[in-house]
Order: sequence, then C-alpha cells, then structure tokens
Amino acid sequence: MATSNGFTGNTRKVTAHLTQNEALSFEKSSPGKKAYKLAPLDVPEVDPAALLGEAHRSRNAELPELSEIEIIRHFTRLSTWNYAIDLGMYPLGSCTMKYNPRVNEFVSRLEGIAEAHPYQPESLSQGALEVVKLLQDCLIEITGMDAITLQPAAGAHGEFTGILLARAYHQSKGNPRKTVIIPDSAHGTNPATAATCGYQVVNLKSNAKGGVDVAALAQMVNEDTAAMMLTNPSTIGVFENEIHKIADVLHDKGALLYMDGANMNALVGKTRPGDFGVDVMHLNLHKTFSTPHGGGGPGSGPVACKKILEPFLPTPVVVQGSDGLLHWNYDRPESVGRVRMLYGNFGMFVRALAYTLANGPDGLRQTTEDAVLNANYIRKKLEDLYELPYDTPSMHEVVFSDKRQTKNGVKTGDIAKRLIDYGFHPYTTSFPLIVPGALMIEPTESESREELDLFVDAMRQIAREAEENPELITTAPHSTRISRLDETGAARKPVLRWQGPPENGVELDTAAKEW
Amino acid sequence: MRYLPKSDAERAAMLKEIGFSSIDDLFTAIPEEYRLTRDLKVPRQMGESEIIDYFKAAAAKNANGFASFLGAGAYRHYRPVVIDSLVQRGEFLTSYTPYQAEITQGTLQAIFEFQTMICELTGMDIANASMYDGSTGAAEAVMMAVRITGRDSVLVARSVHPEYREVMHTYAQHQGHDASEVAYGQDGRIDLVALEQAVTEETACVLVQSPNFFGVIEDIRAIAEIAHKKGALLIVSIAEAVSLGIVRPPVEADIVSMEAQSFGVALSYGGPYCGVLAAKEKYLRQMPGRLVGETKDTQGRRGFVLTLSTREQHIRREKATSNICTNQALVALMATIFMTVYGKQGIRDLALQNLAKAKYAADTIGAQGKLLFAQTPRFHEFVLQTDEDPEQLNARLLEKKTIGGLDLRKWYPELGNATLWCATELTTKDQVDAAAGVLAEAPVTAEAR
Amino acid sequence: MSYPEKYKYTREHEWVEAAGNIGTVGITDYAQNSLGDIVFVDAPKVGTKVEKGAVFGSVESVKAVSDLYSPVTGTVTEVNEELASSPEKINTDAHGAWIIKVELSDPNELGSLLSAADYAKFIAEETGK
Repeated sequence: MATSNGFTGNTRKVTAHLTQNEALSFEKSSPGKKAYKLAPLDVPEVDPAALLGEAHRSRNAELPELSEIEIIRHFTRLSTWNYAIDLGMYPLGSCTMKYNPRVNEFVSRLEGIAEAHPYQPESLSQGALEVVKLLQDCLIEITGMDAITLQPAAGAHGEFTGILLARAYHQSKGNPRKTVIIPDSAHGTNPATAATCGYQVVNLKSNAKGGVDVAALAQMVNEDTAAMMLTNPSTIGVFENEIHKIADVLHDKGALLYMDGANMNALVGKTRPGDFGVDVMHLNLHKTFSTPHGGGGPGSGPVACKKILEPFLPTPVVVQGSDGLLHWNYDRPESVGRVRMLYGNFGMFVRALAYTLANGPDGLRQTTEDAVLNANYIRKKLEDLYELPYDTPSMHEVVFSDKRQTKNGVKTGDIAKRLIDYGFHPYTTSFPLIVPGALMIEPTESESREELDLFVDAMRQIAREAEENPELITTAPHSTRISRLDETGAARKPVLRWQGPPENGVELDTAAKEW
Repeated sequence: MRYLPKSDAERAAMLKEIGFSSIDDLFTAIPEEYRLTRDLKVPRQMGESEIIDYFKAAAAKNANGFASFLGAGAYRHYRPVVIDSLVQRGEFLTSYTPYQAEITQGTLQAIFEFQTMICELTGMDIANASMYDGSTGAAEAVMMAVRITGRDSVLVARSVHPEYREVMHTYAQHQGHDASEVAYGQDGRIDLVALEQAVTEETACVLVQSPNFFGVIEDIRAIAEIAHKKGALLIVSIAEAVSLGIVRPPVEADIVSMEAQSFGVALSYGGPYCGVLAAKEKYLRQMPGRLVGETKDTQGRRGFVLTLSTREQHIRREKATSNICTNQALVALMATIFMTVYGKQGIRDLALQNLAKAKYAADTIGAQGKLLFAQTPRFHEFVLQTDEDPEQLNARLLEKKTIGGLDLRKWYPELGNATLWCATELTTKDQVDAAAGVLAEAPVTAEAR
Repeated sequence: MSYPEKYKYTREHEWVEAAGNIGTVGITDYAQNSLGDIVFVDAPKVGTKVEKGAVFGSVESVKAVSDLYSPVTGTVTEVNEELASSPEKINTDAHGAWIIKVELSDPNELGSLLSAADYAKFIAEETGK
C-alpha cells in the first residue's frame, strides 16, 4: 500500500484470493501431445502432395500441442483472471451490462437451431424464419417504427446501415446531400460511421445543460444536411425533452433524424422513438436485449425505420408467401445492398427473443423502471461527494465529474482503478467528451439493493480516500494479479504475437520457469 | 419478473429514500404526449419451460437428421465439446471488452494466443482480434488497401463468394473506389491474362478467394506477381479456415481476410461467425479492429493490453481506420480453443480427412454428371454440372433426407445446371453413396430419348 | 519553462527555427507535456508540400492523437528518421527533437508568428484559465 497514515477504506465486498499462474499455450506445448481423435476414415486415403501439387503445405503452422486436461486448465485459469457480470456489477455507462440469462444459451444450442445451415431450403428453415419474424415484430412494436433489418452485426454496423438508408432515401429524391450533424457528446462510432458513408461531419456543440441546442441546430440544418445522429437519452443520461422540436427542425429541411439506440434501456415500454419523430435507428441486442458481451462481442445491431425508408433496407427481407410459408425476398431493386453475407447474427436473435418472451410487456416495462430507479438511487447517494455537471434529471445513467477530487491530483481514471480494489468493474471514464473528467455510471436493472449499496459505500470511501490519502488512489489497483500496465511501451514497440521460446535457455514447463 | 432482483417493497423503500413518491416521477422528462399508457403488443411473459418449448418447436421445423452437402462459406465441422464447456463459463461469457486490463487478463491472453495462431496459419506477421465475419472482413481489407496505396481502383475475382462481392460493393460505392470484376478461366481459377490486362498503376488491390467459391485453389504466387508489378496489394480472402491445415498459406499476400467459422463456431443459420484480418507488419497502423499487445506491469510481470487504440473510433472518431467497436470476441475464443485442441498436427490431420472425403465424393457424385474444373487442385468443394435441373435434383434428394449441393444458377448462370457440393470430415461414405444413387436415378430427359 | 528565443511559435504549439530559407519544425514542451508519452509520429514524406495553418501530420500518445499544423508554407526537405524508432525523444527534448525541415516558399510568413515571449504569455493565459 502507498501511504500509511491516510484513510484506507474497508473493501467489504472482496478479499484476496489465490489464483493460478498460467503461461501461454505455446509455452506449455510439447511435440506429440494430443487433445483430439478423429473417427477413422471410411473412404480411401489420399496423398495430399499428389492431389494439391504446389498448393500443398510443406510446413505445419506452429500451433501448440496439448492434452485435453491442459487445455481445460489453461482456459479455466485464464477465466479466473476476468471480472464478469456473473461476479458483480459493471457500472459502465451506455453499455447496459445486464444479466445474461442462461436459458438464452440453452435454446441457442438446440440442435435444429445451432446446426441450421444458412443455405438449407426455406421449406426446412421455417423455424429459423419464424424466430426472425417474431423478433422483428417485437422490435418494431418496441421502437414504434414500421420496418426493420436484423442484418447488421453490431451497433456500429447498424449505424452504417442506417446512414446508408438515409443516403439511399435522399438519392431517390435526386440529391444524396453532403453532411451529417453529430453532437459533441456522441459516441465515437457516430462520426466514424458518417465518414465511412462518404458524409462530412458537422459537430454540434451541446448547450449548457449538455443537451441539444435547438436554436443552434436550426441555424445549422440546411438542404445539404442528410441527417442528424442523436443518442436519446443522451450520453449524459438525460432525455432530450425538446425531441419533437429537433425532429421538426430536421424534417422542415427534408433531413432525417437518426437515433443511436444504445440507451434504449431507459425507454423500452415507457416511450417509443418512432412516436417522437425518429426516422431510423439502431438497437444493440448485446445491450438492451441481454445477449452476452463475451469479452467484446458478438453483438447484433438491428436497424428499424419508418415506411419511407423501407424500400432501401438491405436484402433479403422476410416475407410471408401465398403458400403460408415464410421466405427470403431478394427482389428488392431499391435496396442499399447487403451489409454482410447471410442474414445477421442469428444466434443473437434467438437470445434476444428468449429475453423478450421471458419478460413480456410487463417485464419489459418493469425492467426499464428498475434501471432508471437504480441510476437515480446512486445519483442521490453520491451527489454530496461527487460533482454533478448538470442538474437535469438522469434516466438510466448518471454522469458525475472528478472536479472535487482533482484538487488532490485524483482523476476519474484513478478513482476507477481504485474501485477495482473494492470488487467492482470501473465505470466509464472520460466519456462523454463534453464533461471533463467524467464518471459515467449505468447500473442497469440487474443490480439488487445490496449490490447498489455496496457500490455507493465503495464510492463514498474512495471520496474520503481522495481527501486524506490520494496516493492510495493514484497508484491503484493494489489487489489485482497484474498492476497497471505499461501501455506506452505496448504502443511504441508493439508485440502482437508470441515470438518463440525465450533465449535464456529455461525449459518452459519446469519449476525454473519465470512467470 | 425473475431477472429483476427487487421486491415491490424494496422498490417503494428506495423511492422513498431518494425523495420520490412514485416511479412515474422519474419519467417526467418524457413529454406526456409520448408516454406509453398501454402495454407493448409483444407475447405475454413466459415461464422458462415455455420458452424452451417455443424454441424446441421452432428447432423441430428446421432440417433435423438430414445429410447435407452444403458449404459455400459456412461449413459443418465437428465442434469439440470442451469449447462450449469453456466459453459458457461466466467469466468469459459475461465479461466486457478488456479496456480495464488488470481485471481482464483472461480475455486478453486468449486473444494474444488467437492472434499468434492466425499468423502461424496464414503466414502473415500481424493479426487482429477479429472482425464481424469473412464478408465484412474482405470489405475492410479493401478499405485498408485503398488507404495504404492512396489509389482508388479495386479488382475482385468473380470466383470470390457472391455475397462477399455484394458486401464489398455496398461499402465501396460510398468510398469512391470502384470495384471491377475479373473473370475466371476454364480451370476455375482467376483468368491471369485478364488480370494482367486489368491491373494498372491506379489499382489499389487485387482480391481473390482461395480456395475460391468453386472450391478451387488459386495460384497465389502468379497473382501476387501480377499485382505487385504495378504496385497493387494482394488480398487473399479465405472462407474455409480448415484448408490452411493442408494448403500452402498465401505468404505472398499483403493482407489476408479470413472467416474462422470452421474453427468450432456453430452454423447457427448464418451467424455469429468470426472474421479476422492478418497482414504484413508494415501495414500495422492501417489495420482496423482491436489489437492485443504484450507488455509489462509496474512490477515487471508480463501482461497483455489492448494497444494502438489511436487507430480506433473511440479516439479518432471520423478519422478512424474503421467504425468497428464490438467485434466477435466470444466466437474468436471458440476458434482459439478449437485451434488449441487440434493443434499443430491435428489441423493437418483434420484437413487431410476433409480432402479424402471430398475426393471420394467428387469421384462418386461427380460420376453422375460433369465435374467442372476437374484438373485444378481443390480442397473440399466441387462443382457438378448435370442435365437435370438443380431444383428437381435437390427435390429428389430431399425425399431421401439429403440436402444436395447449392444451386449456382442465380449467381453463375453461365455454368448452366450447376451445383456446389461440400464434403467434410463429418460426411460419411454411406451418405455419398446414397446421394450418388439418387442422382443416378435422374429421369431421362425428352432430348435423350 | 523557457522557450528558445531564436524560435517562432504558433498557437497550435508548434515551433519553427529559420536558417536561411530552411525552417525546422517541432512541437513545444507544453504540447508534449499535454499529450503524455508519445508513441508514434506520423510525418509526411520528403517532397510533400505543406501549407501554413494546414495539417501536415500527427502525433500520437496512448490515448490521444494530435494533428500537427504547419507554421510555414513550403516543401519538406528532410524528415527526422530518429522519431520512427524513438518517438519519446519529443518528450525528453521537445525543442531539440525536430520533426520536419521545410524549404520556405515565403520567409515573410515568419513575421506573423509568435515570439518566445508572446508564446510564453499565451501559455500562461491558457493554463491560467
């Protein structure tokens, strides 16, 4: 620990625990170890060199050679070094780290679902098509839109698709237009997406309350504006209550309102974007609809839109045939094309649908209410110690700043690291950009009062540590397997793969090995 | 609702504690005209057993117990059981993107292993932590080549998966790089003469797939020479990762875009799959997607961390190399475990079995029609031309619980009655013999009488 | 921190030292301090035309990227190759670790840049805010 005399909080939720060391799989490998056994060949053997000629691979790739128990231990040990929702709260803003229901995993592995080949005849895929159709119908109802595509693989991919739809729409009216307006509080994928679609980004400065400056927007929108990309609630967790004015200002000049649906967890069952003027939006199934984050994906980013954009949706779309069966319709002359092969991350559709069925209309609404209640509970219990940059009401997430702590040299990133010592994953640091030193906290509905109270308690103790023992925080975390890593070195001299056995001659899987 | 860890009493107590009388007080920011006053029209709340029944019923309506000869970019391989045992551990399944390295070393080390194994298999220097899939990976590889060379003309072989080409077109048309198609020759490979004519000083890249959509292995050396002569980059797209167990890696390529679905990822009606980009070291800073690097902590211990983030959207915003954020981490983990289970020797043994099964299938089923591109080396897919119309042929096969080769007419009408067949280590001799038997029973056509 | 008298400065925190009609360009100590550990310098190739006030490259730290704005118009004659392998030299000696040398097309431009004293005052105002 850093200093001896300052206050050190009591980390009630966690305690130290032995974890196993584990090297890279290559470092445990030795020739001849095996974890597989293929069934014997029931057809004649072949000579690959004769069949492939020059195309025959002469040297095997240096993949590891391990036995099954070593592989089980390897990955099990690695897993114990990870924090996860199954262990405790992730207060990450705009990530919606909610419970990943296990029945979702079970149903996605049912044989007829897991083994369905995407090109198998439609007559033998009615189950898959029904799942797609039902999920589509549910999402359309939830968003208040008219049509939807499930093709995009993730939120950013959905944004790309949504802006493509906007472009196609404008093109059909004779002028694709040139610019997309994006608030400075937006997630980085928004401007990156606009650029990928060939649009120029126009930045809209947020007003003093961190929301959209409608007057400034009205000045900015013109016949060159294709769309505005808006997140609602905003990235500071506040509902844009002038949303209809925003929609009107855009629609007056023929521009479209795109909504980034990352924060839908504040809206499901309580209001619908389609009702308040949104023309096109994406959803994140891995946020609002409980599909697992898996360490960074897979996700799924459906795009829902109003009727005017329906003709441009990616191909194919699900239709009911006159034979009563569901079919994929590829005959769509105005479509923007495909944004990926096949139909989308079907495995995530299954999970999202299972979540929707488990909730029903009452569960969905209660979920949203609990998410907003939890965020406000945290806000109320920390606002005396942490600075609230805006006094506007929070929905499902609350944003503080580190203003009161920086006077002792303690920044949001440091507080986040210290939170790890208390048994929590950090909240989102330094985003949104409009709040310097931001602490963005979204508990989701999945947190019990007990976990929330422990979180609040941890943050309160850290606030005291910031006053009386700042060095404890700036050198945190203290209790993890690995302490702060040299990111500068990693970026200056990138080492992105295992380079081979070390030169010091130490045999890898022996007691002399250095961890 | 059983996923919500609160009782009504607790909700009331919490509201009271923070000074609100009802939950509606927390939603006043929503203008009244937009507040929903009715239930959403979604199915009623179901118990867990009902949910399972629903999906079991749906699963039963899909093909069950059919022999299948489908491939075409999605492959049926055996998935070792340890994969699901491990990826369903909550610490992998429910963990977040490893931005906080101190508490995600499990994910980070696994990705580092993935990156290493992809480099070894593809012959490239660097690999990223995954892209959405092979089709978007190909589109991203093209954008990368355009950025690197500063040129805007792109050549894509017609023997590349048709849906990959559609995706590349969707991306390309808004980025100002026109993509032109290069034909394939009589041998099923890209037409090298046509290619030589098409490559100019304005060409950013040539993109081929190998083994290509017809199953045929391209002559990578020759293609590379033509492309590099004019300063264009070579991108090789690989749809069947298992082929790398026995087929020479495309070391002459500048960028490899691969689909790793074959490495332990379920077919799952089309997704989620696992794309990955690999490239030569010098293109590192133009590589999109997450990268994991090795480093040390303050005590000198080895650790892993996401690195070179300045390429990415959360910092660069509109100047990012890509807008990708979430990738495919859990499926990449499945692939990592798969590659570790099979290992150095196993990947070869597996690929060899695939080669043997497909040779038998090509010989047996191929005898019932005309085997196209017969003299060109291929991996485990082949194209069969028949007198019989593919729709009819496949309908007869379905009666015998067999899903035959993919009808190619909508994409390659010039090949006439052509179907694409795939055999993997899971295909049995009996299934092949039975399929050939059905084909042999083709009704004699009017012309033949 | 004292800023070398013989240099001229911009409000975007670049410095330029003119000798004859060659301008040597770098970033100031204030800039490197704000950026943190520098990991990469994206510099233009020899022969590239640069324009006063326009972006000519960028400097990256672990968490941020900063565009580099040219203080002068001209053609790049030399690029500091050392920075490719040791970008940290900018952190340790920002006023010595030059990035590019430019053949000036209009030496008069230097007149409108800030002197060391003016730049120091500008910094004081920025940080005082």
